[in-house]
Amino acid sequence: MKKNNLKAWLYLLPALVFIGFFMIYPLIDVVVYSLEEGFNSVSQTSFGFGFYNFSYVLHDSYFLQAVKNTFILVIITVPVSTVLALLISVGLSSIKKFREWFQTIYFLPYVTNTLAVGMVFMILFKKTEYSEGLMNMLLRWVGLSAVDFMEGPYWAKMFVMCFYTIWIVLPFKILVLTSSLASVNDEYYKAAKLDGASGSKIFFRITLPAISPMIFYLVITGFIGAFKAYSDAVALFGTNLNAAGMNTMVGYVYDMLYGEGGGYPSYAAAAALILFAIVLTITVINLSVSRRRPSL
Amino acid sequence: MDEKLTVNQIRMKSSRKTLAVRIVTYVLLAIWALIVLFPFYWMILTSIKDKAMYNAEYTPKFFTLEPTVENYATAFQAANLARYFLNTLIYTLITTALMLIVIILAAFAFARLNFRGKNILFAAFLSLMMIPSELVVITNFQTITNWGMRNSFMGLILPTVTSVFYIYLLKENFESVPDRLYLAAKLDGASDFKYLCKVLIPMCAPTLFTITILKIIECWNSYVWPRLITDNEAYYLVSNGIQEIRENGMGRDNIPGMMAAVVVVSLPLIILFLVFRKRIMAGVARGGTKG
Repeated sequence: MKKNNLKAWLYLLPALVFIGFFMIYPLIDVVVYSLEEGFNSVSQTSFGFGFYNFSYVLHDSYFLQAVKNTFILVIITVPVSTVLALLISVGLSSIKKFREWFQTIYFLPYVTNTLAVGMVFMILFKKTEYSEGLMNMLLRWVGLSAVDFMEGPYWAKMFVMCFYTIWIVLPFKILVLTSSLASVNDEYYKAAKLDGASGSKIFFRITLPAISPMIFYLVITGFIGAFKAYSDAVALFGTNLNAAGMNTMVGYVYDMLYGEGGGYPSYAAAAALILFAIVLTITVINLSVSRRRPSL
Repeated sequence: MDEKLTVNQIRMKSSRKTLAVRIVTYVLLAIWALIVLFPFYWMILTSIKDKAMYNAEYTPKFFTLEPTVENYATAFQAANLARYFLNTLIYTLITTALMLIVIILAAFAFARLNFRGKNILFAAFLSLMMIPSELVVITNFQTITNWGMRNSFMGLILPTVTSVFYIYLLKENFESVPDRLYLAAKLDGASDFKYLCKVLIPMCAPTLFTITILKIIECWNSYVWPRLITDNEAYYLVSNGIQEIRENGMGRDNIPGMMAAVVVVSLPLIILFLVFRKRIMAGVARGGTKG
C-alpha cells in the first residue's frame, strides 16, 4: 500500500490536538509545577526551584492522614472484594435457575451515580439525636450498642468507607470473573469427574489456575482503583474530608488545588506524583509476582 | 446385592449433599442480592415517606402506609434539579458525540492508513493509557481557568473528550474487518472517508454502541472535573448538584426530599441499563474499568 502521510495525519489531527493539550502538555507541566517551590495561583510566584514541595507534602499531617486512610482502604477492600467476587461468581456459575436475575441485580451498583447512592449509605449509617438509623437498629437487635458511624470513632467511619467501596467495586469483578469462569474448557471438568476428583480439588486444581490471569488482572486494577478512591468518600462524608479525618490521597490533591485552603498547584502536583509513584511501584510488584507463577 | 446397595447409598448421600450445597448457594446469593438491592429500596422508600412522619421515626420503619409524591415536587422546586439534569444531558451528549468523531477518525488512521511513524505513534498512544487522570487534572484546571472557561460547557467538555483506550479498542475492531472490503471499495473508486462511513462504521456498530454507552455512564457520573471547574450553580451537573443539595440544601433538614432527588438522579442510568442490559454487561466485561 502506498503511504498517504498527509491524509493520515489529517485524520489523526483532532485526537492529537486534544491529547496534546490535555494529556501530554499537562504531563510535562505537572513535573514543572512539582518543582516550583510553593507556587500558588494567587501570587503566581514561587520562591525557588527544587524539591521543597515534596518535603512540604510529606510533612503535612493532612497528607499523612490521607496516605494512612488510603492504605487501610486498599489493604482491606482489594482482598475482601476479590475473594467475595470469586465466591459469588463460583456460586453463580453453579446454578441455572434465577442466574440471570442474580447477575442483573449484582450489576446494578455499577450503573448508579456514586454520589447519589453514597448518600443512601450515609442515611443508613447515620446516627442523630432524632433517630439512630437503620444500622444501629440492626446492632441493637443482636444486642450491641449503637455507634455513630458517620461522625464517631475512626474505625467506624473506616468500616462504612470500606463497606461502600466493596459494594461499588463488586459488580465489575463479579462480571469479569463469571465470564472468565464460563470460558473454562468443559473437558477438564468432565475428565476430573471421571477421575472422581472432589469438588474442592476440582476448584483448586482446575478452576483457580484457569482463571488466575483474570484474578491477577482484577487485583491490579483493584489496587489502582482503590488508591484513587475519592468520590466515594465525598459521597459519605461530604466535601470537607480533612475535617472528617477521612481524606484520601486523591482528595488531598484536589483540596490543594481548589476550594478552601486550595490554590497550590505546586503541592497538588507533588502529591499527585507521589501517588503515581506508589501506584506504579505496586503495579510493577504485582506484575513481577504474577510472572513468577508457572501457571501463567 | 450388598455392593449395589452401598453404591445406591453413596449416590443418595451425594445427591443429598449436592442438594444441601445448592440450597446454601442460593441462600448466600440471595443474601448478597438483598445487600445490593436494599439501598435502592431504602432510597425509594424514604423518598415517598411524609417528611414529618420520617422525622418522627426514632426507629426507622421498613414500609410506609401513606406514600406521598410531595417530596418529588419539593425536590424540583427547592433545588435546581431540572437545571442539573439539563446540564448533564447537554454535557453528556456533546462530549460523547465529539469523542465518537475524534476516536473514529484516529482509529481509522491507525487501522487502515499507512504513514511514517505509525508504529511509534501508536506505541506512544498505548503508553498514555497508564497515565492516571489525577496527574493531568492539575494543569488542565489551570489551562481552563486561564482560557476563561470556568463555568462554561466548553470548559467542562474539552478535557474529557479523548479516550486513548477507546481509540485502541476501536482500532482493533476496525482491523478485524477483512482487507478485501477495503480493496474492493478502492477499486470502486470510493474514497477512504466514504469507505469509513459506508463500510467500517456500520460493520463496527456494536463496538461503537458499547463505547457510547460506557461514555454516557462515565459522563453521567462524573464528579471531580465538574466540581473543579464549576462553582456557579447554573453549570452544575447532577453529581455536583446532589452534593450541593446535601451540604447546603435539603440534606440538612429534609431527608425525604433529598432522597427524592437521589432517586431522580439515579433513575436514568438504571433505565438505560435495564433496556440494554445484555449489551452493557458484555461491553463492560470487554472494555470497562471501575474498582
